[in-house]
Amino acid sequence: MQSNAQLEYDYSIVKAFTFTTILFGIIGMTVGVILAFQLAFPELSNLAGEYGTFGRLRPIHTNGVAFGFTLSGIFATWYYVGQRTLKMSLKESKFLMTVAKLHFALYFITILLAVVTLLMGITTSKEYAELEWPLDILVVIWWVLWGVAMFGMIGMRRERTIYVSTWYYMSSFLAVAMLFLFNNMEVPTMFFAGDAPSSAMHSISMYAGTNDALVQWWYGHNAVAFVFTTPIIGMIYYFLPKESGQNIFSYKLSVLAFWGLMFVYLWAGGHHLIYSTVPDWMQTMGSAMSIVLILPSWGSAINMLLTMKGEWQQLQSSPLIKFMIMASTFYMLSTIEGPIQAIKSVNAIAHFTDWIPGHVHDGVLGWVGFMIMASLFHMAPRIFKRELYSKSLMETQFWLQTVGIVLYFTSMWIAGITQGMMWRAYDDYGSLLYSFIDTVTVLQPYYTLRAVGGLFYLVGFLIFAYNMFRTATSGRKLDKEPANASPMAS
Amino acid sequence: MFHWLEQRPFFFAVMLFLTIAFAGVIEILPDFAKASQPLVGKKPFTVLQLAGKQVYIKDSCNACHSQLIRPFKSETDRYGMYSLSGEYAYDRPFLWGSKRTGPDLHRIGNYRTTDWHENHMMAPADVVPGSIMPKYPHMFTNMADIATAYANANTQKSVFGVPYDTDGMPKLGSWADAEAAAKEEAKSIAADMKNQSVKDMVAKGEVPEIVALIAYLNSLK
Repeated sequence: MQSNAQLEYDYSIVKAFTFTTILFGIIGMTVGVILAFQLAFPELSNLAGEYGTFGRLRPIHTNGVAFGFTLSGIFATWYYVGQRTLKMSLKESKFLMTVAKLHFALYFITILLAVVTLLMGITTSKEYAELEWPLDILVVIWWVLWGVAMFGMIGMRRERTIYVSTWYYMSSFLAVAMLFLFNNMEVPTMFFAGDAPSSAMHSISMYAGTNDALVQWWYGHNAVAFVFTTPIIGMIYYFLPKESGQNIFSYKLSVLAFWGLMFVYLWAGGHHLIYSTVPDWMQTMGSAMSIVLILPSWGSAINMLLTMKGEWQQLQSSPLIKFMIMASTFYMLSTIEGPIQAIKSVNAIAHFTDWIPGHVHDGVLGWVGFMIMASLFHMAPRIFKRELYSKSLMETQFWLQTVGIVLYFTSMWIAGITQGMMWRAYDDYGSLLYSFIDTVTVLQPYYTLRAVGGLFYLVGFLIFAYNMFRTATSGRKLDKEPANASPMAS
Repeated sequence: MFHWLEQRPFFFAVMLFLTIAFAGVIEILPDFAKASQPLVGKKPFTVLQLAGKQVYIKDSCNACHSQLIRPFKSETDRYGMYSLSGEYAYDRPFLWGSKRTGPDLHRIGNYRTTDWHENHMMAPADVVPGSIMPKYPHMFTNMADIATAYANANTQKSVFGVPYDTDGMPKLGSWADAEAAAKEEAKSIAADMKNQSVKDMVAKGEVPEIVALIAYLNSLK
C-alpha cells in the first residue's frame, strides 16, 4: 500500500459523463418546454405529424431528464467522488477502467436508442419504465457494469471507512437493480406469435391490472427515490463540505437520516394509488409512511444547512454555495409537499391534477438540477485544471432558474387546486357545476406561466452549458488543484 | 454497529439491501393471488380491441387520460360506476394513468359512439370547443398491427391462462382465423363511420389504426 504518494486520479470517464449530462439535459429540457407550450397553445401539438404530439414526446422528456440528464450526472459524480473518497485511482486497474468505459459506451447507446424507439411509439406505457424489452436488457447490462466498477473500486480502497456519499450511491445501485428487474418482468410476445408476422419489440407485463399498478408504483415512486433523491444526497454530502471547507455538522444525524430513508422510502409507493382498487391497508400504509418520510428527508437537509453554521457569508461570495443551499432548500420544500399530497383527503383533490407535476418539478428543477449543476461546476476546475469561466454568468443563471422554478410550481399549485375543486363542485340542484372542458380552458393562463417558467430554466441551462464549455476550452489554466472554493473569473 | 458496518462494504451492502427490500416483501407479495381474479362475466379483449389498445399505448393516450374512477360522488356522477379490481384482470399492462389532462376513459364505451370518436380523433376542438387535445389524422392512414395483437392475445392465453377459446369467451384460434375475425370486426366498426378512405381500406381487408382504436374504446364499459 503506497501511503503518502499523491494519487493521480483518472477523469476520462468523469468527463464523458459530464458531456452526456449536458447533452441529455439540453434534449430532455427542450422537449419539456415544448410540451409545456403545447398545453398552453395546442396548435403546437400538430407541427410534426404523429412525431410531434404530446403523447409521443412526453416519455422522451421524462426518460431524457431522468435517465439521460440525471443518471449521467450521477455516474459523472460517482467516478469522481468514488475515486477521491475511497483513495484509489482508476489508473491502477486496467480491468476497472475497461468496465467503466464499457459502462459509458453501452449507456450512451441505450439512451440514443431510447429516444428513437420512443419517438416511434415503441413503449410499454409504464411510466419511467417505457423502454421495451431489448432496451431493458441493455439497461441491465450497464447497470451491472456500474455495480462491478463500484464494488471493484471499493475493493481497492485505501481509506478503510466508507464515506456517506458512497452509502448513498450504493443504495441507488442496489435499489434500482431490484426495482427495475421486478417492474420490467415482461414476456416478449414474438415467441407466441405462431405464423403471424408480429413485431419483435413487443412484450406484455407479467402482472395484470391491479397487481401491475402495484408493482409499477412501487417501482415508479422509488425510481424517484433512488435516482432523484439518494444519489443527489450523496453529491451534497461530498460537494458542500468540499466547496465550503466546512465539516459535516453531524455524523449521527447522517446515520439516522440514511438508514431511516432506506427503511421508510419503499413503503411510500402506495400513495400513488390512493382511492384506487389496491387494498385499503396498502393505501393507508403508503399515506402514513409518506408522513414519516419527512423525518429522514429533513434530517439530511438540516444536516446540510447546519454544516454552513457560522459560514453563511459564503452564500454571498460563492454562487456555487448558493446553488447547493438553494437545492437543499427545495429538497425541504419538496419533501414536505409530497407528504401533504399523500394525506388521503388532500390526495382526493390533488391526484390527477397539475399539482403533481408541480411537485415533481420543484424537486427535480430545484433539488436535482441545481445540485447536479453545482457538482459539475465544482468538478470542472479539478478535471479540466482550469478556472471556471464566468462568475457573473453563474449568478445570472442562478436567478433566472430560481425565478423559473418559482413560476413553475406556483402556477401548477394554483392550476391543480383550481381543477381539483372544479371537478367536485355541485350546483344547488345537486348537478355537477362544470363540464370537463370548463376545467381545462380555465387552466390556460397557468399553463402559459408554467411554460415561461420552464423556458427560463432552459435558458439558464444553456448558460450553464456555455459556461462549462468555455471553462473546458478557454478558462485560465491552474497550476495546482484548488483546495476548497472553486476559483472563478468574474 | 454502524461504524463497524461502514468499514465492511460487503455486510454493509447486505444490510442495506435487506432494509430496502423489506417493504416490498411485506407489501407487494401477499396480495398477488387475491387481486387478479376477474369479475364474473368479464371477457378478455378481442384481437382487434388489443390492436386498438396498442394504438392507445403507442400514442401514450395514458399520459393525459386515466382509466380509474375513484369512489367519489363527483366521479361516479361524471364517469359512471367506480372502478373495481376485477375489471382489470386482463389488463396487461394496466392503463390507469396518473394525470387527467383530459377526462377519465374507463367507461367511455357507455357514452361515446363510433362516429363521435371518428370526428373527435380527426379534430378534437371541432367536437369539443376549447379542447387542447392534439389531432390524430395519422391514425386514419397508419395500419393497425393485427399480427402483434394476435401474438399478444396468444401470449396471454399460453402463458397466463387467459380463457380465450373457451365457452362464451372471445375466439382466438390460429393466426389465419384470428386475422379473418379481426377484419370482420373491423367491418362492423367501419359500417358506422363516414370517412370514405377508411371504409375502402377496411373493405379491401386493411385495418387502419382508427378502426382498432375505436373498437378498443367502445369496449371500455
